[in-house]
Order: sequence, then structure tokens, then C-alpha cells
Amino acid sequence: MKSRHKRIAIIVAGIALLAIAATLLLQSFQSNLVFFFSPTEVSQGKSPSKGNFRVGGLVEAGSVKRDGTKVAFKITDTANSMDVVYTGILPDLFKEGKGIVAQGAQGADGVFVADQVLAKHDENYMPPEAADALEKAKLNQTMKGEMK
Amino acid sequence: MNPVFGHYALILALFVAALQAVLPLAGLSKNNEKLFAFATPMARIQSALIILSFLILTYAFYANDFSVYYVAVTSNSHLPLIFRLAAVWGGHEGSMLFWVTILAVWTLAVTFFAKELPLRFRSSLLAVMGLVTVGFLMFILFTSNPFDRIFPAPFDGRDLNPLLQDPGMVFHPPLLYMGYVGFSVAFAFAIAALIDGRLDVTWARWTRPWTTAAWVFLTLGIALGSRWAYYELGWGGWWFWDAVENASFMPWLIGTALIHSLAVTEKRDAFKAWTVLLSICAFSLSLLGTFLVRSGVLTSVHAFATDPSRGLFILLFLVVVIGGALTLFALRAQSVGLGEKFDLVSRESLLLTNNVVLFTATASVLLGTLYPLLIDAMGMGKISVGPPYFDTVFVAIMVPGIFLMGIGPIASWKKASVPDLASKLKWAMGISIISALLVPSVMGRLSPMIFVGLLMAFWVISSVIVSIKTRLNAIPGNDIVKKFKTFGPAFNGMLLAHFGLAIFIIGVTMVKGYEQEHDITMHNGETTVINGYDFTFKGTLPVKGPNYESKQGQFYVTKDGKEIDLLTPEKRYYPVQGAVMTEASISINPVRDIYISLGEELEEGGWSIRIYFKPFVQWIWLGCLLMGLGGLLTMVDKRYRLKNKVTKSEGAAA
Repeated sequence: MKSRHKRIAIIVAGIALLAIAATLLLQSFQSNLVFFFSPTEVSQGKSPSKGNFRVGGLVEAGSVKRDGTKVAFKITDTANSMDVVYTGILPDLFKEGKGIVAQGAQGADGVFVADQVLAKHDENYMPPEAADALEKAKLNQTMKGEMK
Repeated sequence: MNPVFGHYALILALFVAALQAVLPLAGLSKNNEKLFAFATPMARIQSALIILSFLILTYAFYANDFSVYYVAVTSNSHLPLIFRLAAVWGGHEGSMLFWVTILAVWTLAVTFFAKELPLRFRSSLLAVMGLVTVGFLMFILFTSNPFDRIFPAPFDGRDLNPLLQDPGMVFHPPLLYMGYVGFSVAFAFAIAALIDGRLDVTWARWTRPWTTAAWVFLTLGIALGSRWAYYELGWGGWWFWDAVENASFMPWLIGTALIHSLAVTEKRDAFKAWTVLLSICAFSLSLLGTFLVRSGVLTSVHAFATDPSRGLFILLFLVVVIGGALTLFALRAQSVGLGEKFDLVSRESLLLTNNVVLFTATASVLLGTLYPLLIDAMGMGKISVGPPYFDTVFVAIMVPGIFLMGIGPIASWKKASVPDLASKLKWAMGISIISALLVPSVMGRLSPMIFVGLLMAFWVISSVIVSIKTRLNAIPGNDIVKKFKTFGPAFNGMLLAHFGLAIFIIGVTMVKGYEQEHDITMHNGETTVINGYDFTFKGTLPVKGPNYESKQGQFYVTKDGKEIDLLTPEKRYYPVQGAVMTEASISINPVRDIYISLGEELEEGGWSIRIYFKPFVQWIWLGCLLMGLGGLLTMVDKRYRLKNKVTKSEGAAA
């Protein structure tokens, strides 16, 4: 009888431990999900005002301004654009007119402060998120055109 | 050599591999022993054909045969020879052929080194490997033929992605693939055992060296890839929790669980069904990795081509292999049995906990890797899971596992006593805590993570010492050298691998805890002092490489007037693809790396520059190397070579 109690106690403790571990795991998972928005969605206020998210699109031509290691530029999905600042070294393929994805948070002044800028190592390659943003903007524009 | 022969060889190999799979299986169901005899010769012919086909493709790269479409898109006549040869696996089609070539190499190894297995068992083993080969050959022939031609042939090729033009490309994929595909052998062993309904100590002894071999390759392959990323990608990271890295890390974690579980199966005839399940999981995760990388669902530096039909094929293959294997497992696991019983406190239960920990860690990585893909596939938006998730969760799961890892090798099989363990390990714990506080006081900063990391590392090291001491005490006599000689490679290998993990943890903890990053701008002749080092920038020199042009920065690094190093980071331009590449320059030393990479050239002739200090970063890869060597050492243990006699005597006994 006693050994059976012991076994039940061990099993219960094990399950409790697992449940706690699973809860912590999912919590950490939830808080580390980073969502993606296009500049149009950001201009519509769909992006979170606090916390990190990703934006993607093209680096607007003529918008890149460097000041030492500080870089300011605009990301556009051709329909809307938004200001981004980044401090540090940009990836090799960061160029005006090329697709990039930036991760960071939006400041109170509406400028997106990026702590990470992603551009992939291939001339023809477009980050999927950036391609998606352009696609959506294009779709919206044609729909607007049809409505007129 | 006409490339079309390579294509023919593959088609022929497909038929031979089909025979290799079907004939022995038919022999099993019809109980016809004669059919078993086909397994080995068919396996050898099939493997030879695949290797021939691979050599023909390699020759096409060597000879710059741009009439082969695959060569035209991944190579270029100006590419140095060594990279032309490595370019064979530089794109999708070639790397799939390379995958199946490695499978052929493993198959050949089985036919030559597993001769002492009973004919019936060896035949079902080869049949299972034949089935896997058939699947992959069909994939290559139907969706990704590397021998497709283009007419007219282009004058020159489109070149290998400059990012891949590195010695890492020569070694990283082969090692990684040897690991990935090597788990197919463990998988085949497990399936053959299920078919046979026989799984005992002898089976575990046969399987162990093969599984360990695959694990060693995977360990070294991942470590090499990590080191390559460190110096090549230019931002000094060594692990990014990128989906493709995770795809190789998950089979490694399960493989680690598997080699520990196999140890229990061999030593104690326990964990049997679990071992089989882990073998299936390890190979399934290897396949999943291939699917993730090759289907184009992931976009990263590793994904070259996107073609949904390929993804669909591998997905189907995945479903068939995993579904089939698990169904067989469900039907036959009963016959394999669970194995011997053990106490709550025993080496078995500690190893079981180790397995649960590794399994949970794999599950958490899998969740973080697949969830964004799932959400995207269901059209619910695009998300990414940040590295902080992996960092926190992985560390939280592994810490208790590593704590138990210190106890496991000292606990006795079947039943261990807690007071005895505590008395053996109390000094180890005390010394670990003191050292984990001492090191940060020297480095000048202490944080909870640094303390925990160092504590775990020193705990493992001191427990290795305690295991040696315990073992020495158990042997009578006074001659220490003689006593050491009785240890045997399996025990030494285990200790070396555990020690390697401790070195790895020290590296990770020190880098995470004390690394420094400085983004600055410098002009010609300027000197900056960072972290006690003087960096003098002497401008850039033009350098011409075989297929690129480069601007090479000249940085003189001195400390207290003493010259430390001349660092020469480069900005390379590859005209064929119009690509710009950053080449970092690193001053390596056992306790710190100084890492410089060039950013952009600024208008006034200056450069934006990134300087990192990476304390103990080399220990990360040194630790992996030691783990690999430890694995290698366990494989040479005599008992795996004596298996011939074991089987014979057992055969005689039966």
C-alpha cells in the first residue's frame, strides 16, 4: 500500500512539474512571437504601439541618409512608406530599391527604430515578407482602381 | 564523359535499389532464404551506380561543362577548382544527389562492416535502406535531375553564390550529410528489429557504433557550420536559431538521446521500445530537416531553389516513412518488450531523465521552428519566433539535464543510493560553486546567467574527475598507471565527450556574458582605443582575387605599445553575380577573439567599422571537437569488434 502511495505521489509530482514547464514554455513562446506588418498596415495603425514587430518592403530610392554609423531611410510598399532609423553596420545587400525586412519598435514620433535589418545574400532574392507587402499594396491599388 | 551516362546510372540504380528492397522482404514473407542472398550484391551494385553518377556530375564541374543546366547555374570557369568541386553540392539538384551518394556510402559500409550480422537480419536491414534509396532516387529523377541539359550551352556559368566560396563549403556539407544520412542506418536497424521481433543486447551492440558514427559526423558538421557562419556572415554570431540550423540541431539532440538510450539497452537490456522510437525519430527529423531546407518553405542562406512540387514530394515521402515506421512500431513494439526493471534512483533513471530532457528540448525547438511555417501556411499572417525564446527555453530545459549529467556516470546501475552519491559529489559541488563565483570576479561582472553557466560547466568537469576517482578506487591495487589502462575506450570516450560539453558551455557562457560590440567610423590614420587595445586604421588596399576584387582594410592592433596583430577585413566584389561580400578578419587567441568587419565606405573617405571582443569564443568549437573525438573513442572499444565471436558463440548456444 505504502509503495503504491509513493508511486502515485511521484506520478502526480511528475505531471505537476511537466505542467509548470509547459506553461512557462508556452508563455515564453507567446512573448517572443514577432509579427510582421507592411508599411500600409502600419500607417493604418494595425501595428502595435509598444513592443517589437517587423516591417518589410523596398528601401525608397533617395531616402538613405548616413550620419556616421547612424542611418535613416524609408521603407515603402509602393503605396505607403515609413521612416526607419538604424545604428550600426547594414548588411551587404542593403541598397536603395532593394527589399529588406527591419525588426524593431515604433517610437512616439512615428519613426521606426530598427535593431535588426535583414537582407539576404542574393541579388535576385527578396525577403518573403517584403515580397508579401508589395503584393498586398499592389492588390489594394488595383482594387481601388476598379472601384473608380 | 557524357553527362547523360550519369542520368542513366541513376535510373539503373533506382531499379537495382528496388530489387534490394523487394527481394529480401519477399524472402521474409515467403520464408525463402534464397532471396536474402540478393540483398548484399544488389546494395553494392546500386551504391556503385550512384557513386558513378556522382563522379560524372563532379567531372562535369571539373570540365566546365555548361551544357549541364545545373553546372551552368552553380559554377563558373573562373571559380577556383576546389570551389568548382564543392559547387557539386552548392545547389539543390546536386545536393540531393550528394545526399543519396552519402546514403550509398553508408550502404556500402554496412555491406562490408556488418558481415557478422545474421543473414536474415542483415537482409532486412539492407532492404530498409533500399527503400529509403528508392524514395530519394525517385525524388531526384522526377523533380530534381542534376543532369538536365540546356541548348545552346551558355558561354559561361552563373557562378557559385559568393557566400559559399569558402573552405567551409568543402567540409561542412559532407560532414553534415554523413550525420543526417547516417541516422538512416540506425533507423534501418530499428525497423529490421521490429520486422524481426528481436531486440536484445546483441542488437544494441551492433547498432551502437553506427549510431555513434552518425552522431560524431553530425556534431562536427554542425560545429563547422557554426564556425563558418561566425567568420563569414560578418556579424560575429555563431548560432542564430535560424530554422535551417534548428533542422540540423533537432536530429542531433535526438541522436544524443539515442546514443544514451542505446547504452542502457546494451548494458541493461532496458529502454528497448524507447530506443527503437528514438531511432525512428532521429531519422524522421533528418528527413524533416531535408524537407525544410530543400522545399523552399524556408528562406535562408541555405535555401537555393523554391519549387512546390519538390516540397510536396518530400512531404509525401516524410509521411510514408514516418507513418509507416510508427505504424510498424505500434504493431510490433510489444514483441520487442520494455526490458529490465530498475529503481527510482539508479543510472537507468538518470539516463531516462536525460532522454526526457533532450526530447523536451527537441520539442521546444520544433515548436519554435514549425509554428511560423504553420501560421503562414494557413494564411494567418507572417510571424517569426525570436532567438530570446530559444535561448530562455533551451537553457531552462537543459540546466536540470546537465545537473543530472554530473551524477549519471557516478550512479550505479539498477539501484544507487542518494547519500552515497551526495558524499561522493559534495566536494565537486562546493568547488564548482566557488569557481563559478571566482571567474566572474576576475572578469569584473557577475550575472545570474553567467553564474549558472559556469556552475554547470565546472560541475560537469569536477564530476568527470570524481568518476575517474571512483573508478580507480573500485579497482584493487596501487599502480595507478596500470589501473588507468583498465578503463577502456568506451569509458574514456564518454568522459572526453562530457568534458567537451563543459568546455562548450564555458565558451557559450563567456561569449554571452562578456562579449562587446562597437560600431564606429574611422578615417585613414585614425587611432581608437577600445577595451585597452589601440586600433590604428591605415586605409584600404586594393586586392585582386581569382574571381573577385576587394578593398582590404589595414588595422594595426596594439596593446600597451606591443603589437598584437594586423587585421585585414575585406569588402569583396564578385562581378559575375554583382555581389558584395564582407570578409571579417579575426585575431584568435585561447581567451579572446578580436573581430573586425568593414561596413560601408563613407563619403569623406572613412569607413564604418564593427569591432567585437569575443572572450573564449573558440572554446565553443573546441568543445564540439572534443565531443566528436569522445564519440570516436567510444567506437573503437574492443567489444564492438569482438562481436563476431559473440554472435558465433550465441549462435552455438542457440
